[in-house]
Amino acid sequence: MYVAVKGGERAIENAHAWLAEERRGDCSVTELSVPQIREQLSLAVNRVMVEGSLYDPDLAALAIKQSRGDLIEAIFLIRAYRTTLPRFGSSEPIKTEDMACDRRISATFKDAPGGQVLGPTFDYTHRLLDFKLAAEGADVPAAAVAKPRTDPIPHITEFLNTEGLIQTEIPCDETPPDLTREPMELPTSRELRLQALARGDEGFVLGMAYSTQRGYGRNHAFVGELRIGTVAVEMEIPELGFSIEIGEITLTECDTVNQFTGSKTEPPQFTRGYGLVFGQSERKSISMALVDRALRWKELGEDNLGAAAQDEEFVLSHCDNIQATGFLEHIKLPHYVDFQSELELVRKLRRDAAHPPKCRRLQNEQL
Amino acid sequence: MSNYNFAYLDEQTKRMIRRAILKGLAIPGYQVPFASREMPMPYGWGTGGVQVTAATLTPEDRLKVIDQGADDTTNAVSIRKFFEATAGIATTEATQQACIIQTRHRIPEADLREDQILVYQVPIPEPLRFLEPRETETRKMHSLEEYGLMHVKLYEDISQHGAIATSYAYPVKVEGRYVMDPSPIPKFDNPKLEMAAIQLFGAGREQRIYALPPYTKVVSLDFEDYPFVPTKADHTCDMCDAADSYLDEVILDDQGNRMFVCSDTDYCAGRQQAGYVGALGTAIAEDVA
Amino acid sequence: MQVQSLAGAFANPAVDAAHAFRSAMNAMAKPGQVFSLKGATPPAPMSAAAGCLLLTLCDAETPLYLAGELDSQVIRDWITFHTSAPIVAAKQAVFALGTWDDLAPITQFAIGTSEYPDRSTTLIVESDALSPNGATLRGPGIKDTASLSLPEVRTFQQNAALFPLGLDFYFTSGTQVAALPRTTKVNI
Repeated sequence: MYVAVKGGERAIENAHAWLAEERRGDCSVTELSVPQIREQLSLAVNRVMVEGSLYDPDLAALAIKQSRGDLIEAIFLIRAYRTTLPRFGSSEPIKTEDMACDRRISATFKDAPGGQVLGPTFDYTHRLLDFKLAAEGADVPAAAVAKPRTDPIPHITEFLNTEGLIQTEIPCDETPPDLTREPMELPTSRELRLQALARGDEGFVLGMAYSTQRGYGRNHAFVGELRIGTVAVEMEIPELGFSIEIGEITLTECDTVNQFTGSKTEPPQFTRGYGLVFGQSERKSISMALVDRALRWKELGEDNLGAAAQDEEFVLSHCDNIQATGFLEHIKLPHYVDFQSELELVRKLRRDAAHPPKCRRLQNEQL
Repeated sequence: MSNYNFAYLDEQTKRMIRRAILKGLAIPGYQVPFASREMPMPYGWGTGGVQVTAATLTPEDRLKVIDQGADDTTNAVSIRKFFEATAGIATTEATQQACIIQTRHRIPEADLREDQILVYQVPIPEPLRFLEPRETETRKMHSLEEYGLMHVKLYEDISQHGAIATSYAYPVKVEGRYVMDPSPIPKFDNPKLEMAAIQLFGAGREQRIYALPPYTKVVSLDFEDYPFVPTKADHTCDMCDAADSYLDEVILDDQGNRMFVCSDTDYCAGRQQAGYVGALGTAIAEDVA
Repeated sequence: MQVQSLAGAFANPAVDAAHAFRSAMNAMAKPGQVFSLKGATPPAPMSAAAGCLLLTLCDAETPLYLAGELDSQVIRDWITFHTSAPIVAAKQAVFALGTWDDLAPITQFAIGTSEYPDRSTTLIVESDALSPNGATLRGPGIKDTASLSLPEVRTFQQNAALFPLGLDFYFTSGTQVAALPRTTKVNI
């Protein structure tokens, strides 16, 4: 006799209990700690912070532990947490020109004031698995230490600016709208595009950026500057009447210098792309700058080549991996009611095709 | 979960959703943009419905949550538990006793009353989306009442198949103005869209809310000589013998034997309690009061 | 800021606003029916019902226009303290509050755009006692017909002709509220 499947609640509880066991894994293996993740998987922590739109390395590390290393699941945890946080106000715009740079490179000039500072990068490592890392407890030899540079490190693009060779960004003091507090309205502004790209999925933005390098959007980008380091975050306190520093964050900033444009009336100038992310996240910041530039085709008077990276609606509607995975994975939910409708429809159409009903004269339909 | 505000959402978010609901009721069938929040369940899993319910609940309400017409499907269970924990409200499986019913993909079989609210979970609110992917274009079409794309699609179905080939999420015209997607309910449910209860539609990921006040005129799109027919499987319920309810097809064994059962579990249980027995059902022993 | 401005809000904001919204939603969904709306005691001459609507629906994101006697320093302070809604000129307002005469001409309010008809002002009309008689109403939310003591008929007919654009109205009196969305067809 058919008995309707019940016990959904018990099934869910059991599933969660088993999930907790899987998360822990083999109990004879030492449990992973949140500080370990924060310290030793810091690039994963950075990705979770920037795509979660929340700067808190400890919370991001906790989310990574809870999600068993599934970074998109961790980002989801951070986003849901962020939604519940009260908002006290907005900071002053941060001054990346005052960044204490750990890393600062430029591909456009051999050298520049501030120097080419490699910093802790994978760039020139040989990608050979280091089996010594499999053993634990080995001392990491201290890296060489030098006196820190104290001279200011001006933005490279400013040098191009003094000659008028690169388009000037128009300064604006208006507080930009907040993508997480207002529904996305298209067409949108550059500020909102940059917000969306900053919290967009790294893989998606990388793919889009790569496509612009391969001809989908005709743009050769030079890395004018990539800088990574700490900046102060300041906020004006109304009761005090002035700004105070509320903390420091690590950022990666990328300025790209792109194909010049000009017209009969305007002399040629280089154009710009911009990327900014939390922590050390070079791939994402460079990708962001390339896609930012591609999406500026209209305001720069370029042709729409029909490239995906030029399509603002396409890029912005699909770059949010929480929206994407939510909708993708929802197809696991029961859809049997709609499937039943389709079944009945297909059966009927096949019946009608095998035994067509009497012909009907099509009268004037309203189209 | 006592650290959370009543029904989880903060008051500012609720106000924003409430304003969208009111405009939705004032412009039936029009999709009002709203700043959907990230919720603790994934986009695509009912966050729009959950936000609408959360903004609408009062502590005295009795909430019913169904998915595919059933109270015990896993996602319905999960959402019901979410509201039990964050709002402390009473929940019920009995349609007649519910103040608010949150539903995915079905309208309950029982007629709803003026004092009830039906909240739909909507995946893709835009009825034209699969004909025109761009929001910038579909918004213009709605503003100009330019629905030619939809009529062409329906006409092409008839040319190719001899019938309109849409079986769920069947588009409707509301008060003669906006074409609306009623959410992926089977077309069998479309006639019920004209009802006495308030109907609210929430699409979280797509950031849209829309609404139908009671007694709003809702007409399923069709042609004069290809009129809309709310079809269902040509069977009665094998458990309660209902001839007028939407049925699930259940595969019983390897030989392909199947049975048909009411999708609306409360409706079916109610009929069985009342003594109706279907072909494969067993009579329920009457309780001696 | 006077002490009056600090008092008179919801005692239990989340619960009181939930109850108030239920009445506000029912009113907009069922034009012509009169519902109860209480929990706020705003400064005179604002009605309790109007105060509830402001507390439930307004905040820093909803510019508000105050007309006639409803535009007083005491009331402005109350609104600022409890909702942070900015007080603006009529054409920028998302909500407007006043008596019917003071809100005139209502053509000064936003009626939405063809792509965003929702971006129209909601008027809260402080009224004499509301009763379900007077003008005849038909349309969404109404089974057959309803009646409501509207201040006049012509303006609402003109508003309904703008559909899907148009204004939406709440009528408040003491602890009573009723509503007229732009979909309602009004006759004498």
